[in-house]
Amino acid sequence: MRFAPTHKSHPVRTEQIILFRAGNQVFAISSASVQEVRSVDSLASAAAEINEPDISKVKHAIRRGERNLYVVNAAVHFGLRPTPAALIFLLRRSRVALLIDGIEKMTTMTHLQALPGAFCHDERSWYRGLTVLDQNVIPVVNPAGFLTAKEIFRLDIATAPQAMPEGAAEPGAELNL
Amino acid sequence: MSLAEQLDARSCVLMRLGERRFALAADHVAELAAPSRIFRFAHNTPEIDGVILRRGRVVPVCDVAEKLTGRRLMHRRFYLIATRRQGESLDWIALPVSGDCELIQADLTPAGPSDSPHVQAWLSHDGEVIEVLNLKALTPGHDCVLSAVPTAATPEAHA
Repeated sequence: MRFAPTHKSHPVRTEQIILFRAGNQVFAISSASVQEVRSVDSLASAAAEINEPDISKVKHAIRRGERNLYVVNAAVHFGLRPTPAALIFLLRRSRVALLIDGIEKMTTMTHLQALPGAFCHDERSWYRGLTVLDQNVIPVVNPAGFLTAKEIFRLDIATAPQAMPEGAAEPGAELNL
Repeated sequence: MSLAEQLDARSCVLMRLGERRFALAADHVAELAAPSRIFRFAHNTPEIDGVILRRGRVVPVCDVAEKLTGRRLMHRRFYLIATRRQGESLDWIALPVSGDCELIQADLTPAGPSDSPHVQAWLSHDGEVIEVLNLKALTPGHDCVLSAVPTAATPEAHA
């Protein structure tokens, strides 16, 4: 005699993520959001300085084709004490390059929990949600949350008269994702 | 309004915060949990200490003692896991308490217009007049717009 199964098992949808460190804290980002990973040194010659006091998390821009990418210091963005940064994530379909301390590892998450409603300030745009990995709670960053359209507009104006170094930041990354 | 109409008998959980006791409607209490590891990550909501993991959920920890007594709790004995309705969903929030909690049945007197927003009602127990807390007024998030972050382009993972 055979019994019908009491419940159907649903296939688990997973997502590849990169765990990275910024300001001595660990964050996760979808690997699909990261186009390239470059060392700070490899982009140093291609970056132009920006002095926009109201957007202190951005100190440099990188020329890519017809547009600038703005280098956001992840630690400053999250209100953490800046630490020596070694890597830059160039984000896919974005004007943002993210300055981070380093990569912890690449892994897979199977569950993304919405940020609890008690968190009600900037963090709602910073994070897509929270995930639990090895009994640790890791915030999963929202790639669209690093710069607003208004901030990008202001940075475009601030960098407009500058002659940006070209060439060094062309694709040819150390690690393409 | 008669006295009988003013009084509303309900189950409440008494919780201790330092020297004082407060009450929470029992239907807003999910459980009492032993202190567990608190996880902290970058955020800008000062009332939230961090989060704990409870039954697979990530539960924010909100120390309400400072608001209610003027002092932060030096010793956390338990977390009282409370629930609040947030739109369509039920939010869990962990309130650190410094002593045992007690389930009682008590007659509630509704709060008056001169009472603080965090007072939902009053009850009398063991010769003590105790505030029944309005969790929505006491914990952050009830008045913030939970705008959906545009993540349509990014893949979501669900178990």
